[in-house]
Amino acid sequence: MKNELQRDVERVSLTLNVNGERSQVLVPVHKTLLEVLREDMGLTGTKHGCELGECGTCTVLIDGRPELSCLVLPVQVEARAITTVEGLAVGSELHPLQQAFAELGAAQCGYCTPGILLASRALLDVNPKPTRDEIREALAGNLCRCTGYVKILQAVELASTRMSS
Amino acid sequence: MRVGESVRRPDGAAKVRGRFEYSSDLHAPDMLWGATVRSPHPYARIKAIDISAARAMPGVHVVLTHKDVTGRNLYGLEIKDQPVLAHDFVRYWGEAVALVAADHPEQARRAAQALKVDYEVLKPITDAEAALAPDAAKLHPNGNITRQVKIRHGDQSARADIVVTGEYEIGMQDQAPLGPESGLAVPEQDGSVELHIATQWLHVDQEQLAAVLGLPPEKVRLTMAGIGGAFGAREDLSMQAHACLLALEAGRPVKMSYSRTESFVGHVHRHPGRLWYEHGADRDGRLVYVKARILLDGGAYASSSTAVIANASCFSCGPYRVPSATIDGIVAYTNNPPCGAMRGFGSVQNCYAHEAQMDKLAAELKMDPVELRMRNALQTGDKLITGQTIDGPVPVAELLKSIAAMPLPASGEGKGGDVDLTKLPGGVSNTTHGEGVKRGVGYAIGFKNIGYSEGFKDYSTAKVRLFTKDGKARVEVHTAAAEVGQGLVTVQAQIAGTELGVNDVVVLDADTNVGSAGSSSASRQTYITGGAVKTASEAVRDRVIAMARAELRAPSGLHIENDNVVTGTGKLVVPLATLLGDEVIEETREFHPRQTFPLDAETGQADAHMQYAFAAHRAVVDVDAELGLLKVVELATAQDVGKAINPQAVEGQIEGGSAQGLGLAVMEEIQLKDGVIRNASFTDYLLPTILDMPPVRMDVLELGDPNSPYGLKGVGEPPTISSGPAIAAAVRAATGRPITRVPIRPHDLTL
Ligand code: FES
Ligand code: FES
Repeated sequence: MKNELQRDVERVSLTLNVNGERSQVLVPVHKTLLEVLREDMGLTGTKHGCELGECGTCTVLIDGRPELSCLVLPVQVEARAITTVEGLAVGSELHPLQQAFAELGAAQCGYCTPGILLASRALLDVNPKPTRDEIREALAGNLCRCTGYVKILQAVELASTRMSS
Repeated sequence: MRVGESVRRPDGAAKVRGRFEYSSDLHAPDMLWGATVRSPHPYARIKAIDISAARAMPGVHVVLTHKDVTGRNLYGLEIKDQPVLAHDFVRYWGEAVALVAADHPEQARRAAQALKVDYEVLKPITDAEAALAPDAAKLHPNGNITRQVKIRHGDQSARADIVVTGEYEIGMQDQAPLGPESGLAVPEQDGSVELHIATQWLHVDQEQLAAVLGLPPEKVRLTMAGIGGAFGAREDLSMQAHACLLALEAGRPVKMSYSRTESFVGHVHRHPGRLWYEHGADRDGRLVYVKARILLDGGAYASSSTAVIANASCFSCGPYRVPSATIDGIVAYTNNPPCGAMRGFGSVQNCYAHEAQMDKLAAELKMDPVELRMRNALQTGDKLITGQTIDGPVPVAELLKSIAAMPLPASGEGKGGDVDLTKLPGGVSNTTHGEGVKRGVGYAIGFKNIGYSEGFKDYSTAKVRLFTKDGKARVEVHTAAAEVGQGLVTVQAQIAGTELGVNDVVVLDADTNVGSAGSSSASRQTYITGGAVKTASEAVRDRVIAMARAELRAPSGLHIENDNVVTGTGKLVVPLATLLGDEVIEETREFHPRQTFPLDAETGQADAHMQYAFAAHRAVVDVDAELGLLKVVELATAQDVGKAINPQAVEGQIEGGSAQGLGLAVMEEIQLKDGVIRNASFTDYLLPTILDMPPVRMDVLELGDPNSPYGLKGVGEPPTISSGPAIAAAVRAATGRPITRVPIRPHDLTL
């Protein structure tokens, strides 16, 4: 076991495209995208609630589709467009979803919020006027322990209304 | 930002941007990572610990065992019975035995695995009743009864025409805050330590840490880090002492961050319980007596068990007039995971029982269940079973009336081909078209205390500072109160803004540089810390007004509005900034609510509680009894909040609290086998998802408590109490089955 630990950790050099910016990272091959974002790139907005694909707090967008970053290896997503919560706002301008979540109190402790915002964004990008059931389906993999989801549903609806008007 | 408005949370923008810094996001240059060696046995004697292999692992800087605990190796909220690191025995599966700090988290985890502990495995006690047996092994020096509460009220030999009995069982629920336990300890040159931590009570952590570390309290400084939910899970120490011990030994900052699995053993849980009830009533449905025995499994260490059993006993009969009561509440030590605080705190378990009993009684009397409850509804001025006369609004009948009058959701009973399969229990994976689906409606009401009880000193401290910044008045509010997500930062800003008439209010980060705020628990912070902020703000305001009168010879009746000092009729006297100039006005105040008293050991009689809060729920469920599937179709609730300081946050508390109650009713349970948790993950421990949560209808009453600031009542816990029992009642109504255990399992519906 000792030998195994002392072996050189295999590292790879990768170019990741996160929130429209390309950056070069040198990371151990086995590190998850979640760990690389948080630990190597300082993007701690992406949260970890289980690191086993169970809670949705680590959701990011990869080429616009929601993925659980705790289950993704960076080598799998090299050169693809990764969006984290830090990339949702444009400068000081919040995304309508962020605006609606802040306005309606859909973030209490806020730990689930980054993941839910990204899953919602992916939904609205392909379906600008979702029904309640469609919103539920899109967010079924994202746990929230604080809100009972009521205000989250309302916030996604409000953002959808504002974005399509 | 005024009291009564749905203002936005000041931390909302940071949270939606991903910029809010949670305890798990903290980082210090040169920091090490800590890991915990945990017991693989629920009960064992430690024969020897060999740290050499772990110490020799790459990247490892420090390995610690009980021998390295520099102060007292025992802590606990009420009874100091839990070792920081186990020394002679381990008493539950996952108990902390040793610690490692290494350069990288993986190295720390590997080293923790390499550490060798020689155990003599003992037979665990995994059932509370077995723990009470005279020949049971003593898990603690004083035996296995952590606390026994006796309530003897009224005629102890009362008889009744109608008698119903029942036995109920409640599973062990986990708070499951989404942010796992984490924190960062930074040692200083002078031997002190700075801990950044997500906790519900900074000062009690500080006090416990000082004792464990053998340091004076001023050498243990705590700063609140962002909290990813709490619900009781952050009331006890988890990794606080561990991180501090490692950091002080290593001379470098140490971060610890639990995995989800470790989180399941890293904090206490809601007590599972068994409850036996007998209700006697006259033929008109008026309660004559209630007898109950309530047995809670406290697990290996006391945590807040003694207070939980007091609540479970005091509120055992529900919010009803009960002339005679004989209640025995017992909480026992076992080798199960320790149990302590979780939202609802003892009132959740008993509500399942007393509400099932009321429904049984209604059935026996062929009465409407709501009507029976109204007939027995507690009212202002009534005596509780603890002998306390209940004052302030007691809207039991109003709340019941409100939920009963709300419209019912459209019938889901699908016949023929037009059934929307996605709406059925089990959704589209259901194998029927709803032929076997039955709808049920159930009601429940519960109550509990707000604030600390039984003479436990309850107070909070607030420092309020008024000064001029960039030519404008600014207020800073500083308390040690934990913002756990509930919106306390908003409430503090609203109260200071209202009392001082200033628009720019900043709530500073909570830390131990200001006096204690007490815990964010018992639904108490808006009342107690809100009260402290109000009192300190009033003191600042009085000084401003005195200053204006002295300097400007202004008339009496002045107040502050919109950053200006104005007359009683609203005429501008002077802009606040002009009046203040360079002056800083600062006041620190403590707020103490009225006193409470300990329960009498023999009779349980006392004015034990400070305030009472009530909530009622109606649940509508669809049950497919053939397939063992159920779906909560709607929750309707009514709650008296006294005064909604922030209506939007009140709604959020009611919705979220109702969801946690739903979880216990239909899916959430820590499954134990011989003391070992079998489902320490979110794959196997189920939390309600957005698909499980129905729409919530809500009626928020603001009846005003004459004793509290602004008339408010604590809001957070009541919704968690009655939502689950209403669901259980609805399932009974749909199926005709007894449903005496929660969470309700498929075979409870089918077999
Ligand atoms: S952290 Fe990735 S799903 Fe939970
Ligand atoms: S707001 Fe706390 S988990 Fe969703």
